[in-house]
Amino acid sequence: MLILKIIAIIIIAPLAGGIITGIDRVISARLQGRKGPPILQPFFDILKLLEKESIEVNTMHRFFVYVALIFIIFTTVIMLLGGDILLALFVLTLGSIFFVLGGYASNSPYSNVGSERELLQIMAYEPMILLTGIGLYYADKSFFIKDIISSSTPAILFLPGVFLGLIFILPFKLRKSPFDLSMTHHGHQEIVQGIKTEYSGKDLAIIEITEWYETIIIFTLVYIFFATKSPLSHIYAITACVFVFLFEILLDNGIARVKWQSALNSAWLVTGVLGTVNLIVLSLLGR
Amino acid sequence: MHEIAILILFPLIASAFIFFIRKDKARNILVRICSIVTIFLTIYVASKYFNKALYLSFNNETIINQILMFIEILVAGYLIFMGIKNKKYIISIFSAVQTFLIIWFELTQSQGIEIKASMVFDKLSLIMVLVVGIIGSLVCLYTVGYMKWYHIHHENYKERKSFFFAVMFVFLAAMFGLVLSNELTWLYFCWELTTLCSFLLIGYTKTQDAIKNSFHALTINLGGGVCFALAIIFIGMKFKTLELSVLIGMKPEVVVLIPVFLLAISALTKSAQMPFSSWLLGAMVAPTPSSALLHSATMVKAGVYLLIRLAPLLGQSSVGQVVTFIGGITFLANSFIAISQSDAKKILAYSTIANLGLIVICASIGTQESLWAAILLIIFHAIAKSLLFLSVGSIEHQLGSRNVEDMDILLKVSRKLSLYIIIGIAGMFLAPFGMLISKWVAMKAFIDSNNILTVIILVYGSAATVFYWTKWMGKLVSNANKKEQVIHTFHIDEETAIFTQAVLVIISCFSFPIISKYALEPYLATLFGSSAVIPIGTSDVNIMLLMLSMFLILPISFFPIYKNDKRRKALTYMAGVNTGDNESFNSAFGKNREVEYSNWYMKDYFKSKKISFWSNTLCITGLCVGVILIVLAGGR
Repeated sequence: MLILKIIAIIIIAPLAGGIITGIDRVISARLQGRKGPPILQPFFDILKLLEKESIEVNTMHRFFVYVALIFIIFTTVIMLLGGDILLALFVLTLGSIFFVLGGYASNSPYSNVGSERELLQIMAYEPMILLTGIGLYYADKSFFIKDIISSSTPAILFLPGVFLGLIFILPFKLRKSPFDLSMTHHGHQEIVQGIKTEYSGKDLAIIEITEWYETIIIFTLVYIFFATKSPLSHIYAITACVFVFLFEILLDNGIARVKWQSALNSAWLVTGVLGTVNLIVLSLLGR
Repeated sequence: MHEIAILILFPLIASAFIFFIRKDKARNILVRICSIVTIFLTIYVASKYFNKALYLSFNNETIINQILMFIEILVAGYLIFMGIKNKKYIISIFSAVQTFLIIWFELTQSQGIEIKASMVFDKLSLIMVLVVGIIGSLVCLYTVGYMKWYHIHHENYKERKSFFFAVMFVFLAAMFGLVLSNELTWLYFCWELTTLCSFLLIGYTKTQDAIKNSFHALTINLGGGVCFALAIIFIGMKFKTLELSVLIGMKPEVVVLIPVFLLAISALTKSAQMPFSSWLLGAMVAPTPSSALLHSATMVKAGVYLLIRLAPLLGQSSVGQVVTFIGGITFLANSFIAISQSDAKKILAYSTIANLGLIVICASIGTQESLWAAILLIIFHAIAKSLLFLSVGSIEHQLGSRNVEDMDILLKVSRKLSLYIIIGIAGMFLAPFGMLISKWVAMKAFIDSNNILTVIILVYGSAATVFYWTKWMGKLVSNANKKEQVIHTFHIDEETAIFTQAVLVIISCFSFPIISKYALEPYLATLFGSSAVIPIGTSDVNIMLLMLSMFLILPISFFPIYKNDKRRKALTYMAGVNTGDNESFNSAFGKNREVEYSNWYMKDYFKSKKISFWSNTLCITGLCVGVILIVLAGGR
């Protein structure tokens, strides 16, 4: 039964992630006054990439994106099975690090810069991501997602600050403006495609699929804040995810990319203020 | 003779023999034999007394004390002389004051103080003995190969190899003594002996830099020694005891907190915490094996070891909070500074200070979980860090540089060495490896004990940690396109030691549930008088072990299995100006220019001078607040 569940997660998560990406592209296009591709376009892209000839710059660099995919899948499985949230976040970081190493291993100017900026992004969002896990533990006295989503009060009531902080750093993870320094979905960046520059064909397809899984992981994080044991709460949780999703798209299309200093400063400042204040208030309330 | 006595005396005797053998070959063989014997002796003692805590007292204690006192006077004489000779009068003063205090105390005040157990061999000592014995001996073994190349590469330094080896073995004996002693005067003696060894090894090359830094280290550590001596006298006169275990059993009242505060300051100097941390950075001029052994794996752990021993008295007391504060600032500041460094040994030094800071926090919070994390951090950090230091030492000989910027060609020079150092780095911060497990538990312990600010410090520090380790790793995997192969020879002694430690890094991660079950839990259970459990759930442990197994198949990428693959090779993208070999491009002036990649150090963002100035100021303020709190509480 567990195995079936795991297989289902591994198959369904990227499908859902792909559809979300497709919707994202349609909405972005409409915001920009274009018609946009069909919703299933991300899947067509992948199918086409898989048929392409494999070209590489050296024998090592593709290995890292495969490993990154494996660990991101691992994270998704842990999270959706209701496992330990902190462990899941550690594995998520591990996956991101392998992706960065892939950029370094490509050993080309653009992927190198991309890797360094990606690392900066990791450094900027990591404190808030960890505080999210810690805050959820503080609110519900358990690191296990299955316990957190079966409590009687939603975590958001205890953790409004942490939740806002999480929303603030989400553009880093979703690769959206204003924090899309290392690579962007839009075709205009001074560092070409950053880490992705030297990947093509199947390897590029792998990277795209990895991003779909990551999208699911991110919306699971948002979901956890609202879900409780009452069935109705799951509708709230899905609504919250939709709102966050729309908000991020709006942000992506409405705001320009910031400099790395502002990205790091603002992310750390927001984390420090919202996260710290929220946790201190919680500790004073005796949770 | 008791096995424990043999364990301490064997390295001493070995050291004497090694010192007097002047023939290189014979000495090398002797060093190898002694290292291996020490390892087996350690394992033998550890397994024999694994399940019974030992409380030893010696019949001939007065004679031992007289011998120790005699050596103390000799050492003090030497240090006072060195201080005057080099016009470092502060050293002479520190040394004279503490030796005078201790001898005055022993001759006039110590009568009537009964010692029940001069030495204690419990689970914590067991772990420390294993760390010192195994890591220490491996480093000694490595030194055989290292020193040979060291003098080939640095012809201008005077060759004093036998001296170097001898001091290393004396240090091992001192370290064994330190972790086994329960009698404070003995502990103090070993403490000072490690300071002396550190001084001698830092000054090994006798260059100006080395001499300056060795005196700097000596000054700070002797200052800590003065505090230690004062604490001993206070404890001896006030409580009529000299046993650490008795002190720990007391209630954390103000009278008890005064000596505890003094001991804690002494521990902070030894563990290079801010504002005392500068000596450890200077100590990096020493030959790499001594950095690996003294300045990362063992000697600096003596300080945190003492803090872990004192943990029941720290806890929520004012002293505990001051120490937590200092550990926190040290951890955060040094993690940030490490980002701006490119010298591999400097990065390792800053990271060592930061991790010691983390252990200090864990020890001073003093709950069951945090001590679990602290001890595990000691084990994992000792293994992974000494592996890193040894690898950097060998890399320096292979590449002629220890700058991270030059390590991109390492993959072409030595695949093995690249693999070892990558294992070491992964061991320091990646998910299924040891340091992360302990950090995880530390995080949980901080939350459970309601220390929100330390939690915040930990998450920021960890983020910085990820940054500087990953960019180093990035350099290592960026298989540079240099065509020429550098011929190299990897000395067998170096490789044996490095290989064993790399294996140890992995084994220790696999076996941490076992270490926890058979060593940590019994120790913590007796300390707290209640049953202790592993702070990580079984399901999580299983997932970690699964991930670790996945990691073991990763090195496959290092074997050229893709050779028959039908993939087209292409040039890297350089906006169309790649000249065709990935190494250069057509510049705007029509000339070929070489491509150079450099890591990102953010020197304008993480300004090391500014950060260390402000954090030192904060830590000094913290110490002053501690003094004021104690004075106020005492005056009440």
